Amino acid sequence: MTEIIIEKNLVEEILAALEDVKDPEIPFISVVELGIITAVEVDNDNVKVKMIPTFTACPAIKLMQQQIRDRVLVMGFNKVEVVIDPSVAWSSDRVSEAGIKKLEKFGLGTAHRHGGEFSFNELSQSKCPHCGSNNTTMQSMFGSTLCRSMHYCFDCKQGFERFKPL
Amino acid sequence: MQSVKELILKMADDALIIGHRNSEWTGIGPILEEDIALSSMAQDKVGHALALYTILHDEFGEAVPDQFAFGRKEKDFRCCHLVEYPIGEYDFTAVRHFLFDHAEILRYELLTQSTFEPLALLAKKIKGELKYHVMHADSWITRLGLGNDESHSRMQSALNNAYPIALGIFEEGQFENELLEQKFFGGEKVLREMWEEKIEPIIGRAHLELPKAKDETIGMGGRNGYHTLHLQPLLDEMNEVISSEATGTEW
Repeated sequence: MTEIIIEKNLVEEILAALEDVKDPEIPFISVVELGIITAVEVDNDNVKVKMIPTFTACPAIKLMQQQIRDRVLVMGFNKVEVVIDPSVAWSSDRVSEAGIKKLEKFGLGTAHRHGGEFSFNELSQSKCPHCGSNNTTMQSMFGSTLCRSMHYCFDCKQGFERFKPL
Repeated sequence: MQSVKELILKMADDALIIGHRNSEWTGIGPILEEDIALSSMAQDKVGHALALYTILHDEFGEAVPDQFAFGRKEKDFRCCHLVEYPIGEYDFTAVRHFLFDHAEILRYELLTQSTFEPLALLAKKIKGELKYHVMHADSWITRLGLGNDESHSRMQSALNNAYPIALGIFEEGQFENELLEQKFFGGEKVLREMWEEKIEPIIGRAHLELPKAKDETIGMGGRNGYHTLHLQPLLDEMNEVISSEATGTEW
């Protein structure tokens, strides 16, 4: 019984430490807030962190794996493995509330919670992260990274990028 | 299991080759947004190819993805002819993109039900990403089909050229029966029916007409290793850097 409690605490400690590891493309938001950590398993001195890419072709995945491994290693574990978890598909619904607030602060529009399937209408309707207006239009469903689209706000006359629904 | 391996191989080769073709628009797209769109979709496709080659490596003992993707001879590729053709003018690129991507997303939708779990799991992931690709394709088919006389006639003529070749997507391999029996995949016939049902109304809304293919086999051969004359020069180009160094060079 005691052992289980210790392990549970360790998992929480590791997750807290992983708040330090940021998405290299959006250095405001952590891998935990982004919803890409699917499991942390602790077995004595060994840790296995399971993670998923946002988009399959995410070019930052190897770098993030390395950074996660390094961050957990400095906590004093003997062996840390960071593996891709094929059983879970990332969705924009996995971004935490704290994560959404940070994306908006960073100047990115965010995705609505869609519960599984997003529609074309959902794509073109984005709240402007600068002035909060909904009077906006999508200019391109592709942007500077795979996970962003490009939009324009008619009220504050600013272009902005949005963290895409998926 | 040979059947599911061949299925994954042809999907991976399709994605790799269309990805490279899409990337040829990087820097020369007709407008900046299209340059970015084609480049982003190229990145997605090559990423999907990597995920599929990774299954071939993990589950079937094939070489590591980089080596497997680039180290094979032309006759060992299983991509369809449609993806091999040069990018041409933007009308051809847009029509090919439309025809190919609708077939691709429907294939992944069918594969979410596959009894081969690694593929079913990947299909669930990839089909969401491909939504952006088909929405992009649909928007250009509609916009250019309804644009002006020139854009309409160019789109119709590109469709007349590309449609018979696109039927090669659905060429059956030698293990088609096993795929169906083992419920690995719903099959090429079912996929083609779903595809036609899907694309016809969109083509109609763009005031374009789906042509009748005089010869339905004109785009076939790729699934059995027989390719157009466009594939080998593309493979040479893709391999130009790596083939300049001795095997096993660390980059």
